[in-house]
Amino acid sequence: METAPLLEAIHATKVFGGGFLGKGAGTVALNNFSLRVDAEPPAITAIVGESGSGKTTLARLLLGLAAPTTGEVRYRGKDLRGLSREERRRFLRDVQVIFQDPYEVYNPFYKVDHVLSTPIAKFGLAKSKDEARALMEETLNAVGLRPEETLGRHPHQLSGGQRQRIMVARALLLQPRLIIADEPVSMVDASLRATILESLRQLHLRFGISIVYITHDLTTAYQIGHNIVVMYRGEVAEAGDVEPVVKTPRHPYTQLLIGSIPSADPNQPWQRHELPVDAAAPVATGAVGCKFAGRCPCEMPVCREAVPPLFRTESRQVAACFLYRDRPTLDGADLDRVMAVPASPPVHTLVAGG
Amino acid sequence: MTPTPALLEVSDLRVHYHTSRGAVQAVNGISFSIREGERFGLVGESGSGKSTIALALLRLIRPPGKIETGRVVLDGVALRDLSEEGMRRARLAGIALVAQGAMNSLNPILRVKEQIRDGLNDHGLRLSGKAFETRVAELLASVGLKRDVADLFPHELSGGMKQRVCIAIAISLKPKLIIADEPTSALDVVVQRQVMDTLVAVQSQLGASVILIGHDMGLMAQVVNRVGIMYAGDLVEVSPVADLFREPLHPYSQLLIASLPSLHQKEAFQGIPGLPPSLLNRPAGCPFRSRCPHAMERCAVETPPLREVRPDQRVACHLY
Repeated sequence: METAPLLEAIHATKVFGGGFLGKGAGTVALNNFSLRVDAEPPAITAIVGESGSGKTTLARLLLGLAAPTTGEVRYRGKDLRGLSREERRRFLRDVQVIFQDPYEVYNPFYKVDHVLSTPIAKFGLAKSKDEARALMEETLNAVGLRPEETLGRHPHQLSGGQRQRIMVARALLLQPRLIIADEPVSMVDASLRATILESLRQLHLRFGISIVYITHDLTTAYQIGHNIVVMYRGEVAEAGDVEPVVKTPRHPYTQLLIGSIPSADPNQPWQRHELPVDAAAPVATGAVGCKFAGRCPCEMPVCREAVPPLFRTESRQVAACFLYRDRPTLDGADLDRVMAVPASPPVHTLVAGG
Repeated sequence: MTPTPALLEVSDLRVHYHTSRGAVQAVNGISFSIREGERFGLVGESGSGKSTIALALLRLIRPPGKIETGRVVLDGVALRDLSEEGMRRARLAGIALVAQGAMNSLNPILRVKEQIRDGLNDHGLRLSGKAFETRVAELLASVGLKRDVADLFPHELSGGMKQRVCIAIAISLKPKLIIADEPTSALDVVVQRQVMDTLVAVQSQLGASVILIGHDMGLMAQVVNRVGIMYAGDLVEVSPVADLFREPLHPYSQLLIASLPSLHQKEAFQGIPGLPPSLLNRPAGCPFRSRCPHAMERCAVETPPLREVRPDQRVACHLY
């Protein structure tokens, strides 16, 4: 039986500003973007982009924190704006979020227990105080924190890494089907980054949770993701199975991005690209052609005339670039056709309250 | 084995922040030197003291912070012995800072050239209209910007351009030492490489030395000649960059390098378990011992000094 995907963006466009009384062109943060996230089999999709790529706008649309200007975001087949009370409640359990800043999300006056006890109370996850405590301890253990070193503390008594792992624990508590993690490690130190990402990966492996991992860091995206979507100024530049996309990038932008990452190996010198310095003017609505054309070393006349569709360069890879115009095209809404399907891991559930 | 003479000698530098709960020992008596024309990387996690060192070298530590001890000699001049006025003149002319988020330190209501003029005037350099225009154009050209950028306001520039304007200001008096404190941490990776290329280009043009402060080991591997690794206010290893990545000596350096994710092979993420110690009432002994896989009894009682154990490689660890 064909079931509706857990969460999907369908031709979603978000325009900021400029709209009032139709004066001026707005800024297109996200343009005709489609992404389908299934709960079964669970997968980790990495969304990679630099500032201005629209990745945070995408996260806000997927979470229902903002509505698309055109297009839709659907949860189990229904537009997020039209959910019933009961459906909305289910959505708020099924889809959890981890934000970038592990400092801002805490209320400094409350002990950190508060961020765990509130969802337990709101969603009636435990029948007694003891059960609530057991559930809190279990989720903390699941993300590699020792409850005795965490509970009863105030946020300022914990490190950024610990705070961010409590956020991972909070997300896990509700046994979601999907976690949207928006730059979860960009504000923590390198030695703790690995620990947080590993605990996210463990949630996927042990509890079968799908993850949308939004980041500017291609290296961690490669490490954690099954699939990857590389975004450039609100559009998909390249997407597919993370292995071919990272190992043999086809879009000149992805190639530039990968070549710009300083390798932690002094014997592997930084690639030099000759590229126009600062062609980073914002894109107005109505601009035609490929948004990367001004910076692209391979620019052709056609790039200024039409928007490149997604060309299927391999069975599990698409690139929005006219260099591949002899390949078949793929509609953006069918992106999942090139995504890798990971083998289903064995699924555990939390004992208490489950 | 020191082929080039030292430009900067720092010995026993100690900086504390005095709080109501006691002294935070942010920099704990460290010594190092910077050679002429070299790029030296200072790496560490947040709170390891690396930015405090930058401020201390420039004598810009503000209360409750205080330089407790230390000697800082730049090109034969003991900076801590200078008068306030003498130090003010040494800044920018002898030792310049590109601060963290420097691009946000530009004055939003002044055109780029006015901001460059401020620095020059402040050091008694008053150029006539024509000579000034030429100097500004030269400075902008050396950081890869067109001369019309001089007439723009900061908000008209991208992040990378602003950061390059800050580099142009930093080199306007031809300093011997440029301290760049996380100069690209707010920039995208593509722009980061352009700014780093610019920094390296102006450095070789001036023949200056650079201290690059940061936590991105990849950036260090690509940009600097030698690396100093900071941990909890101590300098635990100083090695040439190739040696450090081939054979890191300090257990912290080893774990740090092992924790770096690769773009070539998928593997489990390896973090470093545990947390750095509190810098308030630092315990005796090695600061890394609670997280160290090789910790011995001796590590709890005796702080290992930074010693040269291989040619040009220094480490503070009892294993050697």
